[in-house]
Amino acid sequence: MYDSGKIITGLIIFVVLFTFPFWYNIGSAAYKQPKLELPKDVKECVESKEFMRTEHMQLLNEWRDMVVREHIKDYKSKLTGKEVVMSLTKTCMKCHDNKAKFCDQCHNSLAVSPYCWDCHVAPKGEK
Amino acid sequence: MRANRRKFLKIAGLATLGWSVFPNLLRASEGGEGAGHVRWGLAIDTKKLNDEVMEKAIVACHKNHNVPHIPDKREIKWLWKTTFHKAFPGQMLDNMHISEYAEKETLVLCNHCDNPPCVRVCPTKATFKRADGITMMDFHRCIGCRYCMAACPFGARSFNFYDPKKFLKSEEITTQFPTRTKGVVEKCLLCYERLDEGKKPYCVEAAEGVIYFGNLNDPESEIRKVLAERYAIKRKPELGTFPSVYYLI
Repeated sequence: MYDSGKIITGLIIFVVLFTFPFWYNIGSAAYKQPKLELPKDVKECVESKEFMRTEHMQLLNEWRDMVVREHIKDYKSKLTGKEVVMSLTKTCMKCHDNKAKFCDQCHNSLAVSPYCWDCHVAPKGEK
Repeated sequence: MRANRRKFLKIAGLATLGWSVFPNLLRASEGGEGAGHVRWGLAIDTKKLNDEVMEKAIVACHKNHNVPHIPDKREIKWLWKTTFHKAFPGQMLDNMHISEYAEKETLVLCNHCDNPPCVRVCPTKATFKRADGITMMDFHRCIGCRYCMAACPFGARSFNFYDPKKFLKSEEITTQFPTRTKGVVEKCLLCYERLDEGKKPYCVEAAEGVIYFGNLNDPESEIRKVLAERYAIKRKPELGTFPSVYYLI
C-alpha cells in the first residue's frame, strides 16, 4: 500500500473530528428540562400543558393571523370551553408575567431565539 | 320517458331561466351593496383646531403606540402637523374657503383611502384593507421594500431606519402595543385595537370634540351629520384615492 502512513493518519484525524460531539460531551450532565415558574393564582392555561408545550408556536402564529388579518378577537379554548382574547401581551403575559423565568428558560436551553420580542414588549418589572 | 325535441327544448329553456335568476337571488340575500357595512372615518374641524389640541392629539397617539421621536429626516410619523398649502396643493387657488390661510397648520395622518395605492403595490399583502375601511398593516409580514411609501401620495408612511427601541425611553414604552423593528414600514392604523374594544381613537379622545369620528356609511352617525351641515374638503381628491379623513372648513 502506497502512502499508508499518510492515509492512516488522515483516517485517524477524520474519525477523531467526526466523533468530536460524542467524546466532547462525555461526563457532562444529560439534558434536563428547565424548571419553569408557573403562575400561582391560575390553574389552567388556554389549552392543556402537553398541547402548550409542543404547539404554542403554532397557536401563537394562528392567533396572530386571526387577529391581524381576519379581524377575529376571541379564541374558544378546547380545554375549558372559555373564550379568551387572542393577545400575546394581554392574555399570555398577563399570567406568565415574567418572561425571563418562563419563556426564556426553555428557549435559552434549546438555543432558539424567537423574534416575538423584537417588537412586542415584555411585561415590566423583570430584571 | 321518451325524450323528444319538444321536451328537450322546454327543459333547456327552464334551466336557462333558472340559471339566470339564481345568481340574482343569491345576491339579494346578501342585503345589497354596503348595507350593514362599516367604513370608519374622521372629520377634523380646522376652525377649532389650535396648537394645543394638535399637540395633545399627537402626544396621545405617539405615546400609546410607541412611536419614537427621531430628530432627523428618518423620523417616524403617525399623526403630525403641516401647513394648509402643503396638505392641500392644487386646492389653494380655486378654494376660496382656504386660500386665506395657506400658512396655517393642520393635522395630517393616514387617510385610510377607499382606493389605497399602498395596498395595491404591497408585494406581501402586509398592507391590506380591513372590512371596516381601515387600511391595516401586518408588521409581521412587512419586508421593508418601501413600495408603499413611494405609492402613498400623502407621505403617511415612515420607514424604520433605526431600531425604534433605541429612541424610546424604557419607562415610557407601553406594553399594550408592540414597538416595530428596524426595516419595517409603519403608519397610523386608526387605533384598530381600540375600535375592537368599542373605544374611539386616541387622537379623537385627546382632541375633545375637535375631531369627529364615526361610520361614514351610516347616515345617522355624528360624522355624517356634521359633514352634511358643514363644508368639508379632502386631501388630493384629484388622485381618486377617496380618503376617509375630512377637513371641516
